[in-house]
Amino acid sequence: MAARSDQQKLALILLFTPFLLWIVLLIVLPHIGILHLSFQEKVGLREFNYSFANYIDFLNEPIYWNTLLRTAVISILVTVITLFVGFPIAYYIAKIARRRIRGALFLLCLIPLWVSDLVRAFGWIVLLRETGVVSGVLQWSGLVGQPVEMLYNDATIVIGLVYTVVLFMIVPLVSTLDGMDDSLVEAGFNLGGSRLTVLRRIIIPYAMPGIVAGFIIVFMLTAGSYLTPVLLGGKNSMWFTEQIYNQFITRYNWQAGATFGVLLLIFTSTVVWLGLRLSGQSLANTVAKP
Amino acid sequence: MDFDLECENLTKRFGVLTAVDEVSFTVPEGSFFSILGPSGCGKTTLMRMIAGFESPDNGNIRIKGEPVVGLPPNRRNVKMVFQHLALFPMMNVGENIAYGLRCRGAARDEIRRRVGDVLERVGLPDAAGKEIHQLSGGQKQRIAIARCMVLDPDVLLLDEPLGALDLKLREHMKVELKLLQHQFGTTFVYITHDQSEALVMSDRVAVMRDGRFDQIDTPQALYHNPQSAFVAGFVGDSNRWNGRVTRVSGDELVLETAAGLVLTGRTAGDSALRAGDRADIYVRPEAITTTRAGGSSGGGNPSDGANSLDGIIDSLLFNGANSRILVRTADDRLIEAHLPLTGDNSDLGDGERVTLSWPSDYSRCFAPLEG
Repeated sequence: MAARSDQQKLALILLFTPFLLWIVLLIVLPHIGILHLSFQEKVGLREFNYSFANYIDFLNEPIYWNTLLRTAVISILVTVITLFVGFPIAYYIAKIARRRIRGALFLLCLIPLWVSDLVRAFGWIVLLRETGVVSGVLQWSGLVGQPVEMLYNDATIVIGLVYTVVLFMIVPLVSTLDGMDDSLVEAGFNLGGSRLTVLRRIIIPYAMPGIVAGFIIVFMLTAGSYLTPVLLGGKNSMWFTEQIYNQFITRYNWQAGATFGVLLLIFTSTVVWLGLRLSGQSLANTVAKP
Repeated sequence: MDFDLECENLTKRFGVLTAVDEVSFTVPEGSFFSILGPSGCGKTTLMRMIAGFESPDNGNIRIKGEPVVGLPPNRRNVKMVFQHLALFPMMNVGENIAYGLRCRGAARDEIRRRVGDVLERVGLPDAAGKEIHQLSGGQKQRIAIARCMVLDPDVLLLDEPLGALDLKLREHMKVELKLLQHQFGTTFVYITHDQSEALVMSDRVAVMRDGRFDQIDTPQALYHNPQSAFVAGFVGDSNRWNGRVTRVSGDELVLETAAGLVLTGRTAGDSALRAGDRADIYVRPEAITTTRAGGSSGGGNPSDGANSLDGIIDSLLFNGANSRILVRTADDRLIEAHLPLTGDNSDLGDGERVTLSWPSDYSRCFAPLEG
């Protein structure tokens, strides 16, 4: 009996070690480092004091917190659009498509992931730049007289981001909707509900855990994304991760960069918390749904 | 008489398969009507057409005299209790019941009053605030019915709702459903593959096979006067012999099986049997009288037109009033017969020689089932 419980303990330790190493070495330690760094103020050559100076600098410089707010607003917009685009696709895959083509459709959604982010962003550039495909077609058809530049504006950033992250909305939605018994929808109609009522009162509440899970994943991915907004938005992107990159790499101001990193984490976590409160879901309910 | 539900030549095809084939029937107001058939006979398709989830390829459906073909499901006053009940898991009991009323735009006070009323009627007056997962199987059943009944439907459809319950609860719910139907006075149309559910609860039962109705009748008539070999075999237990007709006089037949056994019976239904035809003969176990071989005491004298068989008791299946004995006959078949619980023959035991006998009135002959 004792030997058996020892064995179980060993199995548990072996299973948990990689996970713990990963969490501690790659998540917890760096964040402690970043947090520590963010509270250091440079007072002289290699001389540092503990202070809130970096945070006060952030608040005093409107361009910093404007960028953060802008990033948050666009990220929320992207997330909402992703939900509207992803929901019908997920509903079709989970409920309307026949079982046999379901897997194929799912695979089709996955295909963009096989190509790197960078290459996909360049794909958009090839399409949308002044001498690109879309501009060329518009000129050829006579709809416009001169080349049109479609890169480097907010709409392009939003489109590019939606395209990059929509899959992460579809996956949790398909898995929740897949668990919904068709007879729930039929009962909704049978008891006198219109299409809108059934969608609003039965399908969406049922899919809520999936919606919230998708919302969290997509929002976090978008707010933390770097390549897509920078490549498609160019100098106008004003994306917060770009500021972090600039502080670390261009200005070599690690203290400010670390502060921005901490602020981004706090800010996105707050948005997620608010979202959970507003939708009446708990994190356990959405992520750990059996 | 007024009919709550009338179906006329209803037909539904899926590709080459005809799921429902020219089915016509009427259900009078306030009655309990069952559709009984093996799985795949088309009964679910038929019900889905009445509810409006499938549209018939041909034929008419009238509810309270109004044609409903073409109306979407949410505009028909036909409510349905689904096989797995389909209670909404994200709403509590009260909200589940209020859903239909809210769809109709009922006032808040009216909703509260009617939800309270219907919960009282199904015997769960305090359940409104409970979550669905807190209810037992039987309570869920009653809530599913309450959710429909609160809308005063013209017809309530029930799609094998007892299938998921355990045996004991199923027996209990049979009686309860029947009582609920009496109490509400609404027409129930009940779909099942379980003949005992259909027989116990229904005023009338339709037996369905391969998309058609074989017979629509009262449970008693179905049991005692089956009109086809399928009904005779499907409803209740029967002993069946197959043989060739040797003589016909009126509706009385003499039949000889392959093993040389000679049996007499009556034609039933519209099977027109002539001498030389193959026929099936069905005999209910309770029609058979068992007596000890040799001693001719007790009923079942081999009088005019009676059938008589000798055999050895193979086993006793004691089940109270439903007790049976299995008798092995000379041609090595097992015949199921009623076990007498009183009288001279109540002490029969394994291995005893017995005589089985029954009058020809109780053996019904049909043209054999095709296939």
